[in-house]
Amino acid sequence: MSNWRDATNEVVNLVYDYVQILDDDRLEEWPELFVEDGVYRVVPRENLSMPHALPLIFCDNRAMLKDRVLALRTSSVFNLHYDRHIVSNVRVRGEKDGVYEVHSNYALFQTDLIEGETKLFVTGKYEDQIVFRDERPMFKSKLVILDTYSVPNLLATPI
Amino acid sequence: MMSDQGVIWPKDDFSRVPYRVFADQSVFDREQERIFNGPVWCYLGLEAEIAKPGDFKTTFVGNTSVVVNRAKDGSLHAFENRCAHRGATIVREPFGNSADHTCIYHHWCYSQQGDLLGVPFQRGLDGKGGMPKSFNKKEHGLRRLKVASYRGVVFGSFHADVPPLEVYLGKAMLDILDTLFQKPVEVIGYMRQRMPSNWKLYWENAIDCYHAGLLHQFGTTFGLFRATQDGGSILGEQSGLSFCYSIFGSDDANVASGYEGIEAFNADMKLNDPSILEYVDEDGDGRGLIIMAIFPSVVFQRISNTLATRQIRPKRPGEFELYWTCFGYADEDPALRALRIKQNNLIGPAGLVSMEDGESGVLIQRAIERRRDAHSVIEMGGTGPIVDQDHLITEVSVRGFWQQYCDVMGYEPRRGDAA
Repeated sequence: MSNWRDATNEVVNLVYDYVQILDDDRLEEWPELFVEDGVYRVVPRENLSMPHALPLIFCDNRAMLKDRVLALRTSSVFNLHYDRHIVSNVRVRGEKDGVYEVHSNYALFQTDLIEGETKLFVTGKYEDQIVFRDERPMFKSKLVILDTYSVPNLLATPI
Repeated sequence: MMSDQGVIWPKDDFSRVPYRVFADQSVFDREQERIFNGPVWCYLGLEAEIAKPGDFKTTFVGNTSVVVNRAKDGSLHAFENRCAHRGATIVREPFGNSADHTCIYHHWCYSQQGDLLGVPFQRGLDGKGGMPKSFNKKEHGLRRLKVASYRGVVFGSFHADVPPLEVYLGKAMLDILDTLFQKPVEVIGYMRQRMPSNWKLYWENAIDCYHAGLLHQFGTTFGLFRATQDGGSILGEQSGLSFCYSIFGSDDANVASGYEGIEAFNADMKLNDPSILEYVDEDGDGRGLIIMAIFPSVVFQRISNTLATRQIRPKRPGEFELYWTCFGYADEDPALRALRIKQNNLIGPAGLVSMEDGESGVLIQRAIERRRDAHSVIEMGGTGPIVDQDHLITEVSVRGFWQQYCDVMGYEPRRGDAA
């Protein structure tokens, strides 16, 4: 059905818009991509199989996402850098009760603002649950699986 | 003993640290020999990680790979992870369960204690080949560590003459372990950071009370911790062992005066979801921050309700891995466990009160590598004698670390230059 095609186009676009917002340093728009009780987790791959899948970053509502941004903008000190996400292999795995399961792979490169050199920072997989609110696709949940579970130095800006 | 290899300590109270120690390969090599193979106890892990007979984990002592095992009778054993035959790494997995360990290369097989059990074709095949008759498997076991455990925290030492673990730790540090490991623990997960800086820069950072409320502005800005809180730093009988602590909520009256003129403090700044700042006083002592450093390999922490060990794994002069093991108590209720997991946002590589430590290390490493004959200045809290402090405006315990470091490394500072 054409509705399915339109909907999948929109959820796939959300996956791409998400990384573009991060790469453009429009961090204030980042929480707005999640529903009010949306969940964001960055989980090292070695923790995935453990009962709690302990995240490095864990926000279970939009207010916590805003607080991450607030901290980054006001109090956190971290490496001066640009982020560049490359997303591939985006697959809409299915839909159930209005929740779209979307998986994709990511690589995140960082460019150091002092030296201007670019390095692969981390790589891994996104497992997203996307819903429509007022006809707009939004993340109900975004699980960022971190293949690079030994993080190069520190992780400040979202993946 | 003379200072050597150009490592000059200008003051005998260790208030000057030569940058060379953070950059020279020769210093790094000497550390592996004198410290990590010396008369010290190094952190190996938690018993909870290898709870069942046959459980093992791989870890590091300095930059040497080590395997820790639990044998059938429940006893703990550790050995260097290097085949006695041709030197291959034997155990490749981070965790597992096995009655013995076989090298993939020629299938030499070792017991959990590190004894050589079997050598394929030792007697040859059809009368041809094989090891000489004089070959004695008993002489080709793996290099073992002494292993000791206190309240489920496992330490190991390569040195024959290391004092008993409880003597090494001393009463003040044992008291902290009694608090943090008051009940059986459960590992919640791991966090790892590959730091492009010298391991001792992290060591200085971990025991430096002075920086906490300044570098980590999240705590200051949103009211988690401040230098005006009651607290202090306590040294062990060996000065490389110390802890600092602060009492949450002890300074509400003097917050403003304590931060006059410091731009970041803003009593109006509020989190949208302050649940991350909730603090359950689990012991009734209010010590919302305990950071204990056990020379030379591990930091134990309780920050708010987060509990973790931080193992320091040196790789090269300019690189180390920081390996966090986050835990809770096995019998705690789900609400407290959930709070700990949420509060883990505060710690680790993305921690709201810890990410800065990575950046400060890099900024130092970048700046000092070309200035190895210069030195840092460590005088906050006073110079001269290295003693306990009953406040947080101090870095005296950092000098304590360097005192023990020099002692083990065989470096002698210049005499008579102390302030």
